[in-house]
Amino acid sequence: MTDKIVDIEAAIAVIGDGATIMIGGFGVPGTPFCLLDELVRQGPKGLTLIKNDANENGMGVDRLLLGNQVKKLIVSHIGLNSNAIKLMNEGRLEVELCPQGILAERIRNAGAGLFGFLTDIGIDTTLAQDKPRFEIDGRKLLLEKPLRADFALIHAAHADPLGNLLYAAAAQNFNPLMAMAAKHVIAETENLTAPGGLSPEAIHTPAPFVDRLVELPGLTEDYGVIRR
Amino acid sequence: MVSSDAKQRMIRRVAREIEAGMTVNLGIGLPTRVIDHVDRDLSVCLHSENGIAGVGPSVTYEQADRNLIDAGGSYVSIQPGTAFFDSAVSFAMVRAGRLDLTILGAFEVAMNGDLANWMIPGLFTPGVGGAMELAQKARRVVIMMTHLDKQGHSKIVRECRLPITASACVNRIYTDLAVIDVDAQGLMLREIAQGISLDEVLAATEAPLQVADNELPTF
Repeated sequence: MTDKIVDIEAAIAVIGDGATIMIGGFGVPGTPFCLLDELVRQGPKGLTLIKNDANENGMGVDRLLLGNQVKKLIVSHIGLNSNAIKLMNEGRLEVELCPQGILAERIRNAGAGLFGFLTDIGIDTTLAQDKPRFEIDGRKLLLEKPLRADFALIHAAHADPLGNLLYAAAAQNFNPLMAMAAKHVIAETENLTAPGGLSPEAIHTPAPFVDRLVELPGLTEDYGVIRR
Repeated sequence: MVSSDAKQRMIRRVAREIEAGMTVNLGIGLPTRVIDHVDRDLSVCLHSENGIAGVGPSVTYEQADRNLIDAGGSYVSIQPGTAFFDSAVSFAMVRAGRLDLTILGAFEVAMNGDLANWMIPGLFTPGVGGAMELAQKARRVVIMMTHLDKQGHSKIVRECRLPITASACVNRIYTDLAVIDVDAQGLMLREIAQGISLDEVLAATEAPLQVADNELPTF
């Protein structure tokens, strides 16, 4: 099995203008802030980002917004980022809103090699307007299409060089789903252990889903507890 | 302006919704405060959309684990039996009907139980989060909100003017003035807040309210 460790500059250099990128995390936990900061430094533009939320002002995804690198967000909510709301209301940022569980399931669906699913979630709402409708066994349902991406950026608490990943507490969220749904998966980790260092039963994302792994020398302030 | 006393009484009253053995999701804001009034020995399982079943009490900045927040961003703790999982599993739990109860906030509730709590066009567009799944799939949906909005208009309406979150999903409404059930026959007034008259409740409610003949309990 192959060692997937690369330095952060090389890991992000494969991402070009116009790429579609999935980004793990729900708020701070699980957001790969170091990979995002490197994406800001290298500066590809016209990006489509798929993420649960837009982080908070001044951190993570917001730095990509401030650098005018983002064309479109596919998210479940942006309530904690007033800059994202402002850009959306000014028509400078396209935002596709998706119910949170449907966002997760569309990503999982792509990751499982499938081509969509039927659901009644949101069927009586404005979010259903452009979705194809079917009636199955007398029940009205919407077709939800899979969400695929060119790249996924993942944060794992623990990893081995093969790319087996383990997430901490509530930092799991969208990470294991996105790690299945992109053509090229780049993970960062806080703790790299030798192969065999992770219990096989504990692994959340198995190595075959991961293409590149970045060992973080330390964490930036963004990963810390926010004082509210 | 709702007094903090009226708000506290509403929170304490809503806490009586929660029974031993339930799996419950509390919406962001006022609903999360309900748990402070529930006996911790009741063995209630709190679900959080970001992938926790068995959410423990909130913790201070000093005690916080940077990887352990609830869906509202509050730092929380684990307790014996807590489980973590990904977002697809979290919402599979919701859609499969494993939540006994969800307590949510609202902008408007209509007399048929339609709920609007995710968007005010042109003003408030934070996105939908998990509200649609919770409103549609929890086995019991109760709303806690102020009876009137900031302009003094009734939030209990004949028909929602705002974009809805889910149709005909609300079972019960708790406000600072009253407890109201949404039945097949319409809205049934069940309880009145202390110090509030029936006429005050009726005047503050746009939708028609049905009132039982017997004297209504207060809370």
